[in-house]
Amino acid sequence: MNFDIDNSDPIHSPHHYLKVAEHFVDDVPHCRDLGVSVVEAKHGEVLLKLPYREDLLGDTERGLIHGGVLTSLIDNASGLSVFCSLPEMEAIATLDLRLDNMRPGVAGEDIYAWARCYRLTSQVAFVRSVAYQQRHLPLATSSSAFMRASSNKSFMSNKKGQS
Amino acid sequence: MSLSSALQQARDGGEFDSLSQEIPYARYLGIGMQRDDRGLIFELPFQEKLIGNHLLPALHGGVVAGFMEHSALLHLMVEQAQNRLPKTVDFSLDYLRSAGAKNTYARCEVTRQGRRVAHVQIVCWQDNPDKPVAAARVHFVLEDIVEDKQSSDANPL
Repeated sequence: MNFDIDNSDPIHSPHHYLKVAEHFVDDVPHCRDLGVSVVEAKHGEVLLKLPYREDLLGDTERGLIHGGVLTSLIDNASGLSVFCSLPEMEAIATLDLRLDNMRPGVAGEDIYAWARCYRLTSQVAFVRSVAYQQRHLPLATSSSAFMRASSNKSFMSNKKGQS
Repeated sequence: MSLSSALQQARDGGEFDSLSQEIPYARYLGIGMQRDDRGLIFELPFQEKLIGNHLLPALHGGVVAGFMEHSALLHLMVEQAQNRLPKTVDFSLDYLRSAGAKNTYARCEVTRQGRRVAHVQIVCWQDNPDKPVAAARVHFVLEDIVEDKQSSDANPL
């Protein structure tokens, strides 16, 4: 099977998705605190960067990144890839998230998470994601599901209509 | 203080603060732990920087995930007999309710601990333990903690 994007909703300009992704990252206090930034965003897809800092370590003796950091960044990228799939902004909620840890992250290197929302239905969004420090060496892969329109209070309710 | 001596202190004296201090990400999130009559309980005190959605407001889903994974890790380290370092193989998390901007708690249960693999379940709640915000399970592979830094593999890549 492949993970090509299966979504018949209208596609916006590339600029739209970058704007959505950057707004989301800037608007989330936890992302701001960690310095998460958007490297790339397009229809159904996003690449996030988490700059290395010592706070991310789980094992200082061996210099390894805490597993929870990868889970958190992947959760973040996965949700954002759903926002980059939606025809217009609506609130979403993570239903479940599964993570397979291939190898630990190491101290001193920035961490990236790439996510693709490969299927969007009227109710549910399905996402695959991978976290890495070196592009060819995945640290963790993940699959997750999100519920659409989970709340009336949208993330971007104040900006609705603009794009 | 090394991780293994902090671990010994937690097991023998029920003194958990130095264990949390030894782990930078736990320190960053502000995770605390203590023992009560039902076993180990983990606490994630609310902080502004943990917010994921300031309109609801709600904690960042990834923070809840990281907190639960860390709780399972420490639970296993403190409760198991030997000094073995659990490595997360896979982690599966179900979100049940939105986590509000308040203190969050977790308890863990070791469902099975074999020679190499352990299965741990985690439940996380805020006001009411009967209304969990998330439930998760982790598989850990256990390996001996290497005391000698020279012989430990600093870079597993």
